[in-house]
Amino acid sequence: MTTPESTQESTHDKPANMLLIGIVAWLWVLIPFAYGLYQLLIKIPALFAG
Amino acid sequence: MATGFLARERTVAPAGWSRWLIPPAALSIHLAIGQAYAWSVFKTPLAATLLPGNPNAGVLTALPFELGIIMLGLAAAVFGTKVDANGPRWAMVVASSCFVGGFLVSALGCYLGQFWLVVVGYGFLGGIGLGIGYISPVSTLIKWFPDRPGLSTGIAIMGFGGGALIASPLTTQLLAAFGGIGPGATAAGVGQTFLVMGIIYAIFMSVGWLLVRVPPEGWRPAGWTPPTTGVLAGKFDVSARNAIRTPQFWLLWVVLCFNVTAGIGILERAAPIWTDFFGAGAAAAAVTAAAAGYVALLSLANMLGRIGWSTTSDYLGRKNMYRGYLGIGALLYLTIMLTTNSSPVIFLICSMLILSFYGGGFATVPAYLRDLFGTYQVGAIHGRLLTAWSVAGVLGPLIVNAIADAQIAAKVSGPARYTTSFIIMIGLLVIGFICNELIKPVADKFHEERSTATTGAQA
Repeated sequence: MTTPESTQESTHDKPANMLLIGIVAWLWVLIPFAYGLYQLLIKIPALFAG
Repeated sequence: MATGFLARERTVAPAGWSRWLIPPAALSIHLAIGQAYAWSVFKTPLAATLLPGNPNAGVLTALPFELGIIMLGLAAAVFGTKVDANGPRWAMVVASSCFVGGFLVSALGCYLGQFWLVVVGYGFLGGIGLGIGYISPVSTLIKWFPDRPGLSTGIAIMGFGGGALIASPLTTQLLAAFGGIGPGATAAGVGQTFLVMGIIYAIFMSVGWLLVRVPPEGWRPAGWTPPTTGVLAGKFDVSARNAIRTPQFWLLWVVLCFNVTAGIGILERAAPIWTDFFGAGAAAAAVTAAAAGYVALLSLANMLGRIGWSTTSDYLGRKNMYRGYLGIGALLYLTIMLTTNSSPVIFLICSMLILSFYGGGFATVPAYLRDLFGTYQVGAIHGRLLTAWSVAGVLGPLIVNAIADAQIAAKVSGPARYTTSFIIMIGLLVIGFICNELIKPVADKFHEERSTATTGAQA
């Protein structure tokens, strides 16, 4: 547990596996999001086709 | 109070916990519950399999979504205080259970051929999940990112906008795979789609409640000191009970309600609007494809507005941002009215900006609440404010559809069909602009005693 005086970006020193958890967590949400974004973007060219 | 694994005390961040793990935790909830915006994909399969030949199938299949949005506002308002008291893990577990439960009950309804179970499951139970899920990460994000509240809540609320982008193609593919659409479509195929989506969302959302943590009391980011100057520096804490007694809350309620209503004015009928403005003389297939492209572009603008404008609000201030959303928004509607279909480029730019302001309005409001009422019970206050969304969700489509239908009945064609709607939208935005101007710092009598706010502060 940290004290109120802790003023780091994280609550204390970062263990090595925190980086791994962070990467997995962001990929967990970004990969489906990128899939959805791709499905959206491929519809847009039709707007300018005519 | 929540106990065991769900207890708030168990979610206090241990040493080494990075605050950058909280946005993906929030996104895993918001990207899932944002599925609600993709409900329309289920409408045709449900009408064909559970309500064949029913002349009111169109209205009936919209019921689960409409009830869901109403329940979103009600659940956020009713459970907001509990969410703040029990912490984000409890809230995310409850939200996941209700949201996933909604899919499972809907699947059962399809297997049994009982449409009302879909309404109750997806609309009522799922809607409670939407409301609790929507507010569950907000106060936690604000406490982890006191230096960038707009950015942090913008990321989460962008996720809600982006949820439909994932759900829409996923639902279409599952329906096709299980025989829920096309010739020979069956209710069992639709039910299987609900079931599999429920399982997928249960797994996806679990990352949210596993990862979320609240910061230890007194924690603050490196090198950051709370601002002591500025009109809306967030120096005071106001309870949810007191917040709804302030004029600021109700002024902001009107601001949010009318900003959302104005956005829905275009969003609700995006495809027909494009067709009416630019469809004359073009091949039907090309117009349909172009209209779908227009809807996609608006969705993109809505999403980008959530993260972009909300982040900008950390630098320009919340009040100034709403001046833009409402004031510039009114001018953009006026521009569309005056230029009608003379320039597709001007039309596209104006409507994309309007939709970006719509998304920005949603995403900036938690930080605005934090500026006005502090972090003490910001989640509960946000929950109560979301009733404005429920009202706008009914008001916006009602205005636009009723007027458009009346114009169609009167044989009015082209852009003229929307003139009256757009004038009403401009009026609403001007009223919202005035309300935003009237928002001043909350009076001292509503402030909590500092010690009460500190000991009672929940994330």
